Amino acid sequence: MLRKFLAAFALFATSCVALAETTPDAFMMQLATEVIDAVKADKAIQAGDVSRIRTLVDTKIVPHVNLQRMVIKSVGPQWRSASPEQQKRLTEEFKTFLINTYAGALTQVRDQSVKLRPVRAGTNPNEVTIGTDVVSKGEPIQLDYRLEKADTGWKIYDFNVLGLWATDSFRNQFSRELSAGGIDALINRLTEKNKSLAAGNKS
Amino acid sequence: MNARRVASLLSVTLATAGCATTGAPPSDPWEGMNRAVFSFNEAVDRAVLKPVATGYEKVVPEFARNAIDNVFGNIGDAWSAINHLLQAKPQQALEMGLRFSVNTVFGFGGVIDIASEAGLERRTEDFGQTLGRWGLGSGPYVVLPLLGPSTLRDTAALTLDLQAQPAAFFDEPRDRYGIATLQIINTRAKLLSTTRTLDDIALDKYSLVRDGFLARRRNQVYDGNPPEEPETPDNEGTEATERK
Repeated sequence: MLRKFLAAFALFATSCVALAETTPDAFMMQLATEVIDAVKADKAIQAGDVSRIRTLVDTKIVPHVNLQRMVIKSVGPQWRSASPEQQKRLTEEFKTFLINTYAGALTQVRDQSVKLRPVRAGTNPNEVTIGTDVVSKGEPIQLDYRLEKADTGWKIYDFNVLGLWATDSFRNQFSRELSAGGIDALINRLTEKNKSLAAGNKS
Repeated sequence: MNARRVASLLSVTLATAGCATTGAPPSDPWEGMNRAVFSFNEAVDRAVLKPVATGYEKVVPEFARNAIDNVFGNIGDAWSAINHLLQAKPQQALEMGLRFSVNTVFGFGGVIDIASEAGLERRTEDFGQTLGRWGLGSGPYVVLPLLGPSTLRDTAALTLDLQAQPAAFFDEPRDRYGIATLQIINTRAKLLSTTRTLDDIALDKYSLVRDGFLARRRNQVYDGNPPEEPETPDNEGTEATERK
């Protein structure tokens, strides 16, 4: 009797998960379109209010990002030599930095729309690269995402603009600070950068 | 620019074709010198180019700026068509040629970009991309004084690409400088908001510009379909000293 109940429950639970699961390209299109539509519709954002875009990125995009994996990829081998306290601070500052970066890119959005490129099947069923094109009057801008399958759906762990992967770019930018003064130097530099942007300081 | 100079530039490029740069981390053997030139360019930009372009944006009405931009773009389309042909892409060459004809005739000399409205997308090609298509590796990253990011191959190609610029079609040096200046200001004005964003998001601007430029260039050579690169495995990065 208990076994039947458990079996039924398992079936029910699985079907719930199956309902929550969408294909990665459908998920990405939905997210990308949602974000771009939100940017286009918001008058304050179109007028140049960057802090609103940052809030938008924080609420709509960050929940779907595997932050831990991104920061590890962006810092490189020195991550392992950092203390848990340092890692926590670094992840926090990196999150703000990432939001600022993505929000910065979104300030360029005026009347673009998103088109999906055909998905290339990879060898790993739990990881996939989704390619999109941001289309407007000029040449389309390539924007790709690397997604991994998590329990709660698909999570972004890297994105690529016009051929440049974000974590590669971050790694190269961070390496200067890391070789100059280690993890602490990087944390300080990120904190300082985030503070100056929050204060509205534009160099 | 005589043929001998072009040939010698080309041979230098061919010699370094083996040091093709792909993916990350990028090969930047001249980083020291590049950073110095980059700082110089940034200083000139802050002092001269950005203020002038900002003024241009404020003073010249948008429709006029668009018209000027369209004329320059139109001339660029003709050069792109030639390069498509050199790359054995007759379909694209035809489309770009059509763009040029339609915009010149129906767009009042290129002032109006009718072709885009009609659905003919602009696909820019230059001689550097043509060389890349022919198999020439890009060579090391190099920052040119005032001209900005480039690669050894693209610098060699510059000789030819500069001949195709609108300014080259005029005989009077005064006209040449005038047209060239206008083109530079036009380009800079278009990039004003982008460079503002760049300043915001870059922790190391030199690095970001280099990586962005090289990735973009690679994309352009392969027309948006570069060969897949192996993903850098998690927890393995490179230190600044360990660049390939």
